[in-house]
Amino acid sequence: MCGIVGLLVKNPKLRPMIGELMMPMLIGMTERGPDSAGLAIFSESAGKDSRKFSLYAADEDFNWQKLGHDFTTHLGSQGKIDVKVNHAVLTTNLEPGTVKVWLKEHYPNVHLLSVGQLMDVYKDTGTPAEVAERYGFGKMSGTHLVGHTRMATESAVTPAHAHPFTAGEDWCLVHNGSLSNPNSLRRMLQHQGIAFETDNDTEAACRFLEWRMREGDDLHTALQKGFEELDGFFTLLMGTKDQLALVRDAFACKPAIVAEHDDYVAIASEYRSLAQLPDVKNAKLFEPMPEELYIWKV
Amino acid sequence: MESLDLHKISVRDLNQYLHKELPKKKDVKKLEILNPDGMHSIAVGMDAPVDIDIKGHGGYYVGGMNKHANITVHGNVGWGVAENMMSGSVRVKGVASSAAGASGHGGTLIVEGDTSLRCGISMKGIDIVVGGSVGNFSGFMAQAGRMVICGDAGDGLGDSMYEAVFYVRGKIKSLGADAQEEKMTDADYATVKELLDRAGFKHDPKEFKRVAGAKQLYNWNADASQEY
Repeated sequence: MCGIVGLLVKNPKLRPMIGELMMPMLIGMTERGPDSAGLAIFSESAGKDSRKFSLYAADEDFNWQKLGHDFTTHLGSQGKIDVKVNHAVLTTNLEPGTVKVWLKEHYPNVHLLSVGQLMDVYKDTGTPAEVAERYGFGKMSGTHLVGHTRMATESAVTPAHAHPFTAGEDWCLVHNGSLSNPNSLRRMLQHQGIAFETDNDTEAACRFLEWRMREGDDLHTALQKGFEELDGFFTLLMGTKDQLALVRDAFACKPAIVAEHDDYVAIASEYRSLAQLPDVKNAKLFEPMPEELYIWKV
Repeated sequence: MESLDLHKISVRDLNQYLHKELPKKKDVKKLEILNPDGMHSIAVGMDAPVDIDIKGHGGYYVGGMNKHANITVHGNVGWGVAENMMSGSVRVKGVASSAAGASGHGGTLIVEGDTSLRCGISMKGIDIVVGGSVGNFSGFMAQAGRMVICGDAGDGLGDSMYEAVFYVRGKIKSLGADAQEEKMTDADYATVKELLDRAGFKHDPKEFKRVAGAKQLYNWNADASQEY
């Protein structure tokens, strides 16, 4: 069991409060996912030629300033570091390939969570309330976000196994459910030269979809192929630079509910996570149909 | 009328009150539950002839295992509303998610809106009346009871059903294994009328078709060619 939440704020006046609006949603999913939590938030752009790299270090006392200093010294390009406990966002105009190689060589224990112009990712073990408090989710601003609370059923409880998973740039996915063929998917993708960081089933789905889109499929086509290839149960919520997208497996084995309001679109595994949203009684509530793709644009 | 506010007490406190204290209060015939906010297991295991109004949206298993109580939800509900109900009634003014009325033995479940998948799965004698449509795999392995669907039915209606009978007013996307459409009799029209009246829905029973099990799965047929 896991909990998923998504929030896309249409009213620009509410965007500085997106974190505050999301907090009761994430906390509401504690019983569905008490062992880890994570958030991907799309906010201020890193700038035209820059990207944000969300980084994670296991050590809470990790010296991020030194990493920033080394980055600038070694690569001759300014890397801006924004630290939140053991997470940091590194903003730079260097290519992802260059940054990844440098990280692997000099800081092999620092985990790269995401790359993108707009997206920051935070994930860790602990209850949703603890994780949210640790990284200040409640104070974040942005246009849209994807959150997850995890109750692990198929792989270890570690920050790397927590959701969201990312692949490519400004693209993330959270999953409620379980896949029965992640190993064959992983083997198939590894033959395509795609590297994996964990043995998690969701990572296999994430890299499968990202691979399809990199091969030229649009999200709709990639998901159609996903329905053919992904065996198991899933409600998947995806975030891109300007949209949220939701699908459920053919048997709708895992729950989801949507609230569409003039000011926002909110998605959660259960209504109890939507109950605290402002004016939710005037939102249009509906349960997404199996094997249908729902997309909401910023 | 007694009023219980789930912003002030927990669902566990509420249910313990409903199970232990309420039956002692012979004068309380009606009570309301405020601020359900999608919480689970509200008013499960009722065993008292009282009217309960839930003012808002419920979570999973609202009115599960109900005996004697008449429960009205003024909103939507999550999975498994009135699951394993024995008697009494549960009415949902909004829509219901998956497995509405699952395994119900008796009583009446009325959903004014749609239900999601697997409505009436393994029903064992409950009556279910749905004002809207039901999702895929509804009535799977339904053993006994009646289900009236005023809207459409999704894929696989009544798959592997036993002695239950369904009445569908709208379109049936597909019937499940062994389910078949049958001719309506006068007794069927009377049944549909009785259930629609109970629910307060105004439709002409003539608009409904009957779906029941062909009973071809009751016995193993050694002569049939098997594909597995």
